[in-house]
Amino acid sequence: MNPLDLVRAEPGPAFTVTLDGRDIEVLPGRTVAAALWAEGVTSWRTTRDAGRPRGVFCGIGVCFDCLVTVNDRPNQRACLVPLAPGDTIRTQEGTGHDD
Amino acid sequence: MTDGRHHLAVIGAGPAGLAASLAAAARGIHVTLIDSAAAAGGQFYRRPASGLGARRPRALHHQWRTWERLERGLAEHLEAGTIRHLTDHHVWLVERTEPTIAGAGVGAGASADAGDGDGDGDGDGDGDGDGDGDGEEAEAEPGATRHGATRHGASATHTVPAVPVGDPGFTVHALLGPLQERSVAVRADAVLLATGGYEKVLPFPGWTLPGVVTAGGAQAMLKGGLVVPGRTAVVVGTGPLLLPVATGLAAAGVEVAALVESVDPRRLLRGAGTLAAQPGKVAEGARYAAQLLRHRVPFIHLHTVVEAHGEERLEAVTVAALDPDGRVRPGTERRIPCDTLAVGHGMIPHTDLAEALGCRIDGSKVDVDEEQRTDVPGVWAAGETTGIGGAALSLAEGHLAGWSIAARLSGAEPDARAATRAVKSRTRMRSFAAALDAVYAPPAHWSDQVTDDTVVCRCEEVTGGRIREAVADLGAGDVRTVKLLTRAGMGWCQGRICEPAVAGLVGCEQTPARRLLARPVPLGVLARAGTDDDRTPGAGLPPIPR
Amino acid sequence: MVGAACALYAARAGLAVAVVDRGPVAGGTTGAGEGNLLVSDKEPGPELDLALLSGRLWADLAEERAEAIEYEAKGGVVVAPTPESLAALEAFAAGQRTAGVLTEPVATDQLHDLEPYLAPGLAGAVHYPQDTQVMPALAAAHLLRASGARLLTGRTVTEVLRARDGSVRGVRTDRGDLYAPAVVNAAGTWGAEVASLAGVTLPVLPRRGFVLVTEPLPRRVRHKVYAADYVADVASDSAALQTSPVVEGTAAGPILIGASRERVGFDRSFSLPVVRELAEGATRLFPFLSQVRALRTYLGFRPYLPDHLPAIGPDPRAPGLFHACGHEGAGIGLSTGTGQLIAQVLAGRTPDLDLAPFRPDRFSEEAA
Repeated sequence: MNPLDLVRAEPGPAFTVTLDGRDIEVLPGRTVAAALWAEGVTSWRTTRDAGRPRGVFCGIGVCFDCLVTVNDRPNQRACLVPLAPGDTIRTQEGTGHDD
Repeated sequence: MTDGRHHLAVIGAGPAGLAASLAAAARGIHVTLIDSAAAAGGQFYRRPASGLGARRPRALHHQWRTWERLERGLAEHLEAGTIRHLTDHHVWLVERTEPTIAGAGVGAGASADAGDGDGDGDGDGDGDGDGDGDGEEAEAEPGATRHGATRHGASATHTVPAVPVGDPGFTVHALLGPLQERSVAVRADAVLLATGGYEKVLPFPGWTLPGVVTAGGAQAMLKGGLVVPGRTAVVVGTGPLLLPVATGLAAAGVEVAALVESVDPRRLLRGAGTLAAQPGKVAEGARYAAQLLRHRVPFIHLHTVVEAHGEERLEAVTVAALDPDGRVRPGTERRIPCDTLAVGHGMIPHTDLAEALGCRIDGSKVDVDEEQRTDVPGVWAAGETTGIGGAALSLAEGHLAGWSIAARLSGAEPDARAATRAVKSRTRMRSFAAALDAVYAPPAHWSDQVTDDTVVCRCEEVTGGRIREAVADLGAGDVRTVKLLTRAGMGWCQGRICEPAVAGLVGCEQTPARRLLARPVPLGVLARAGTDDDRTPGAGLPPIPR
Repeated sequence: MVGAACALYAARAGLAVAVVDRGPVAGGTTGAGEGNLLVSDKEPGPELDLALLSGRLWADLAEERAEAIEYEAKGGVVVAPTPESLAALEAFAAGQRTAGVLTEPVATDQLHDLEPYLAPGLAGAVHYPQDTQVMPALAAAHLLRASGARLLTGRTVTEVLRARDGSVRGVRTDRGDLYAPAVVNAAGTWGAEVASLAGVTLPVLPRRGFVLVTEPLPRRVRHKVYAADYVADVASDSAALQTSPVVEGTAAGPILIGASRERVGFDRSFSLPVVRELAEGATRLFPFLSQVRALRTYLGFRPYLPDHLPAIGPDPRAPGLFHACGHEGAGIGLSTGTGQLIAQVLAGRTPDLDLAPFRPDRFSEEAA
């Protein structure tokens, strides 16, 4: 049984956001992390020393592993930020700051 | 304050914070319940976001009836205006401020105003009489749940000369909303810290691979977002959380290839006296066992994780049997293909707000007395922050804190007769927590798995080798010195994740670093915090009427 | 840090050295410092001479271990917000130049070539290429290791042992006695306590400072950048809170923000007003910092003496006792020179600098 069926979810209509320019459909209420997991994406940043991929680890905002750029704001915790229609998500490298 | 009522700020809307809020509000205290989530419940009662329209959220929970009772109680107090619930408020500092200035134009509740956090602002006339200052601002806050709006005007009409009265008060500073680009200040006569805990995870090779998540994290994402990280999971580590995580994932359609526990939970039965006092807990354990069976989840005890495999993402995990000393038995390694590894080694209390307030910390938990008081006057603490013990203990502690606060703020001794049940429950749950604690523990030699190139500090990518070098070559013998010499614990999470691991590698006690800022704070926010300029709206927020 | 430098140079002078600390390596003010090796904030005089000597010694030490101690000769930029403050700054720099400091005036239109993210509208600046930074805890640990000294951490000195003739013959610790003909008091902010164990007074007092640390960033602040009023604050005798923005990037990524000064004893409690002023000053100098997050803040206690000069050299009141403490906020920078001078007097050689201005017994008893 999938999680939505388990709780008999009747979500509102899905909306569109972009991940690195690609459209993805998101159910209302989901965070960036939940939306990306639902898309099968499990990593969205690379570390600043070794350039290793990272995604969700603690899931509750403590570990800061899931940092991501949302609407041009770098280093947002994907597990905390809920999505709204039209949001732009960008994967990030290193410090998350350009230059 | 002016309405003759006392104002309590409760930080954290999990079981402890809710129980305390209800107990204090029922006894005439005005409560501002401040929480970072969009809805009350904390980690234990985290529910799917409302947009997901879950018709049967209880499928992911137990002790649901308790939740319904808490939720009903909260709704009643919100309606009555005796509790105000500030959602999406991320508290970064609780500041002890100068003696409260009487004459505030603040109607009721600790004022969630963006401006008077400098401790004497209450007397400056901003909110005096006109009743619009604080009230309007609360409206402008995206996360403020607006209830009992009439509470403003009514009591905000009289002005009392500004004189310092009573004990020093507190200002709670919180960043707003998920963006956290603006801060508000909430004034209160007393503070309850109910900040909960988070999961402890000890490192092993491959633990930074995407697909490796904390057990609690997998559960939080499932409960809140109705998502799972993959198709095949292994749940590994130690502690009572692993069972609900494994059964929850299985119920949500994930194939749980194994639940790997480093101890033998049947040891709990040896503490029969403790368990006999907990028939509910025995039934709960039996229920989980039945669920594991139903979902065909193999339960492997006395095993530990050795390594997670994969290049860009998790592909498999190797687990191995433990000998009686807690060392891996050579030759017992087995590789289990999986795309998800949920790992946990117990829980750690959140103590940062207490540390910045100067509260005494006992090991890794906030030290409290029989009434849940910390050693700082006006500061109470309850729930996991005072020691890990589960939701039922948190409820009892929260209730006792609310009961004590209500009496103490009125200058009275709390009525012991009214607390007998909660005290008994607390005692029982604490001894049960101690029994769990005695059984569940990471393998004694877990650090054998930490190779020199295993990343230990995930934020700053500090390896086990560098930490050992700091100890062996540079004379470090404690967590702080290792941090200074290697940067382990200096990154985004400020050592919250790696502290237990570093302490283990050094062979010293794990004492939390003194984190004066409980969360990252934009410097622009910090530059205005607690001043009138704090009212300046942040980017993307509507202007605030003055 | 000063103790580590004393150990290194004393060992190099052929002495057997034991280093005793009640805490861990770099557990006191060193661990709370930013690691500035500055000449820019010092007026001509004995402290500047010591800074110049120390700078040369740091450069020598860095030849073998620049990376290990994060030695970075990045230079300092002192900015003047107004024409008046620029004039004062240039006059100050002119005096420093005659004392051997390299200074380069920076016109308004060149300022952003040096520091692209600086706020607009500043009157000008002076560039000090000799200003340098190290990571203090690493520097202390590596110097200690290089010294080969016996390292006895977690051991508290409870008494300075004196012979019948009054001369010092070692220290008593909570874990046994250590005998030595010379004892160096390098206890920093706690130097007065150690002095009193030997029966002498040395009026070292704490001056609290907070540091703010940001999230890791690409290199956006290239130098140590501070406002001209910092120099006045450093030299001030006021007990009241003073803050002036001091902003610098680090090799590891985060930006460090100082500097506050207040005399509040050893009060370790958090102060939002102080930290607010630091943030306010830093965002004024570098507006982009408004959006950057502070990850943490910490505090430390600078060891200051009433005339803002350290105590360096033998104490005539207790033969065999030497002091090397009271460097206020400059201890990391001045440590090498201090270590060298101490080693020279311990070995009976003529010190590179005249120690008279640093005499430990220069304060009247009332000052203590």
